[in-house]
Amino acid sequence: MENVTMEEQLVYDRPESMASVQTHYCPGCTHGVAHRLVAEVIDEMGIKDNMIGVASVGCSVFAYNYFDFDFVQAPHGRAPAMATGVKRVLPHRFVMTYQGDGDLASIGMGEIVAAAARGENITVIFLNNANYGMTGGQMAPTTLPGQKTSSSPSGRDIEVAGFPIRTAEMLATLDGAGYVVRRSLHDPKNIRMAKKSVRLAFETQKHGLGFSLVELLSTCPTNWGLTPIQALKWVEDAMIPYYPIGDYKVNPALKELKI
Amino acid sequence: MAKELMKGNVAIAEAAVRAGLNAYFGYPITPQTELLEYLSSRMPELGRTFLQAESELGAVNMVYGAACTGARVMSSSSSPGTSLMMEGISYIAGTELPVVIVDVMRGGPGLGNIAPAQADYNQIVHGGGHGDYHPIVLAPANIQEAIDLTYGAFDLAEKYRSLVVILADGSLGQMMEPAELPEMKPAIMRTPDWATYGSEGRKKRILSSIYLDPPEQEKTNFRLEHRWQEIKANEVQYKEYFLEDADYAVVGFGTSGRIALSAVRAARAKGIKIGLFRPVSLAPYPEKELFELSKRLKGLLVVEMNAGQMLEDVLNITRRQIPVEFYGRMGGILPMPEEIEAEIDLLVNEPTAANGHPRDRWLARFGKKN
Repeated sequence: MENVTMEEQLVYDRPESMASVQTHYCPGCTHGVAHRLVAEVIDEMGIKDNMIGVASVGCSVFAYNYFDFDFVQAPHGRAPAMATGVKRVLPHRFVMTYQGDGDLASIGMGEIVAAAARGENITVIFLNNANYGMTGGQMAPTTLPGQKTSSSPSGRDIEVAGFPIRTAEMLATLDGAGYVVRRSLHDPKNIRMAKKSVRLAFETQKHGLGFSLVELLSTCPTNWGLTPIQALKWVEDAMIPYYPIGDYKVNPALKELKI
Repeated sequence: MAKELMKGNVAIAEAAVRAGLNAYFGYPITPQTELLEYLSSRMPELGRTFLQAESELGAVNMVYGAACTGARVMSSSSSPGTSLMMEGISYIAGTELPVVIVDVMRGGPGLGNIAPAQADYNQIVHGGGHGDYHPIVLAPANIQEAIDLTYGAFDLAEKYRSLVVILADGSLGQMMEPAELPEMKPAIMRTPDWATYGSEGRKKRILSSIYLDPPEQEKTNFRLEHRWQEIKANEVQYKEYFLEDADYAVVGFGTSGRIALSAVRAARAKGIKIGLFRPVSLAPYPEKELFELSKRLKGLLVVEMNAGQMLEDVLNITRRQIPVEFYGRMGGILPMPEEIEAEIDLLVNEPTAANGHPRDRWLARFGKKN
C-alpha cells in the first residue's frame, strides 16, 4: 500500500478527569454523558487535583472508579453530610456529590435540604431518571403519576403513593442556594446546556456563592423497558412536561461571570 | 497546671480541644448538650471547625467525611442519638477511619429519660451497627479520667485507624469536680497515606466501605479482626482497688464502679475482704486480668446501671468457676452505696449455688423488694 501521510487532528478524547476504565452502566444510559460533562468541566477549570468527590448509593455507586481524582463513598442519602464534613475542614478544595433521585430525593432528602439551607459550598450533580435503577427499577420519589415500575406494577397511584417531588424547584426556595437548575440529557442541544450549567455550578462553589445543584433528566432504558432512542424520546415527551428545564435559582453574581 | 472545677461535659470538650481537635460536628441532646454548646464558642475562637448538624445522622456523616481528609474529628451524643449514629459508625469502621465519639448515656429504651444509665453497653461494646467491627471503648469514672481518656483517644484512634468511643453517663456529664487539664495542642491535620485531601502530586485515592467482591470483603474483615487482636494485646486498661488480699470483688465500670467503691470501703470497714475491679477499657475488655483475679476469689458481684449487659461478659470470662451475683438499677436510677453494701453482705453470708443465672436471682430479689 502506498504510504499516505496525513496530519492528525484530535477531535475527541477522554477527559483527563475520567479514569481509563470501562463503566458498568447499561447501554443507552445517560450517566456516561453526565460523567463526561463533569470531567470536561473539571479539566477546563484545572481543578482535578483540587477535587474531592463524594459518591452515593445507587447506579452511580462506582463513580469513584470512573473519575480520576480523590473520592469517598457515602452511605445511602448521606453524601451531602459527608461532603459538608470534607468541605468544612478543606474549605479551599472543591467538593462535589454525584447522586441519583432515590438517594437524594428519598432517603437523603433531609441531608440535601439541610446542606442547601446552610448554603454549604458544595456542588451536587443530581441525576433524575424517575426510578431506582440499581435495585432493578422500583418506584422513586420522582416516578411520574401512572408510571409503571417494579414496585408500582399498575402505574404510580397518586392516591396511595402521593406525588413526585420537583427537587430543583423545592431547593431553590432556600436562601442558602446559590445556583439550582434543571437540565436534560436527551439531545445534543440540551447536553450543551447541561455542560454550561455544570460549569456554573462549580463556578458558584469557586466564588463562594453557596450551594449549587444541577438536576439532570436522565434515561434508564433497561428498567423503563425501552430502547435507548425510545428512552430519550420519553424524557422529552413525559419527563420534561412534569420536570421543566429551567433556572430556579441563580445568584446575580453568576451573571457577571465571564467564562 | 492547677486544678479547676469543671462540669464533665465541658471537661471532655476542652480535653478534646487540647488534644488538637480540628473539627466537631454534633446535635443537641440531653444530658450531653453542654459539650456541644461549649465547643460552639470554643472552636471558632481558635479558628477551628464547629458545626451543629441537622440530626445525629448528619453529624456522624459529617464526621465521616471530615475524618477522610486526615483531620482530628469528634462527635458526641446521648443514647437515642447514638442509636441514630449506628449506620455511620458501621461505615466509619468499614472504611477504617480514626474517629472519636462521646456517648453520654441516659435512661432507655426509646425516648426513656435524661437521667444517667449504662444501657448502651451492648450497643457500643458489642456493636449496634451491622457487620463485624470493634470500636475501642473507654469508660471514665470521674472527670479527671474523662479528660485523660479523651485526650489520649485521638492518638489511639489514629494509631489503629479505629473508632474510639468515650462511654460516659449523664451523671458524669453533669457533675462538677476539680480536675487538671492537659497541655494545649494546635488543631491537627494529618496527611497519612490513605487520606483524601486532593490528589495533587500523587495518584487518586478512594475511601470506601464497599467491597463488592466477597473475597475482598473477607480480606478486609480479616484485617479488622487481626488489628483487633493487636488492640486486645496492647490497649487494655483497668483499675484495681483493695484486691491484694481480697476474697471477694465487685466488678463495675464508670459511675457504677465509682459508687461501688464506696460500698467496698464500707464493707472493708466491717472486716469483709473485698475489693473493686473496674474495667476502664470495655473494649478491649481486661479479660485475662479478670479471669486471673477470679481464680483466687470466693465470689464476684457485678454492679451496673442496666439489666446486666456487662454481666454476660463477666460470666463468659470467669467461665462460671466461682459464684457471680448481679445488682443493677435501670431507667436512670443510680445504685446507692448502701444498696450495694447489702448485696455484698448477701454475697458473703448467703452464697447461692453456682447454677442458675445471676440475673434471675437479682430479679427475684428485686421483685420481692418492689
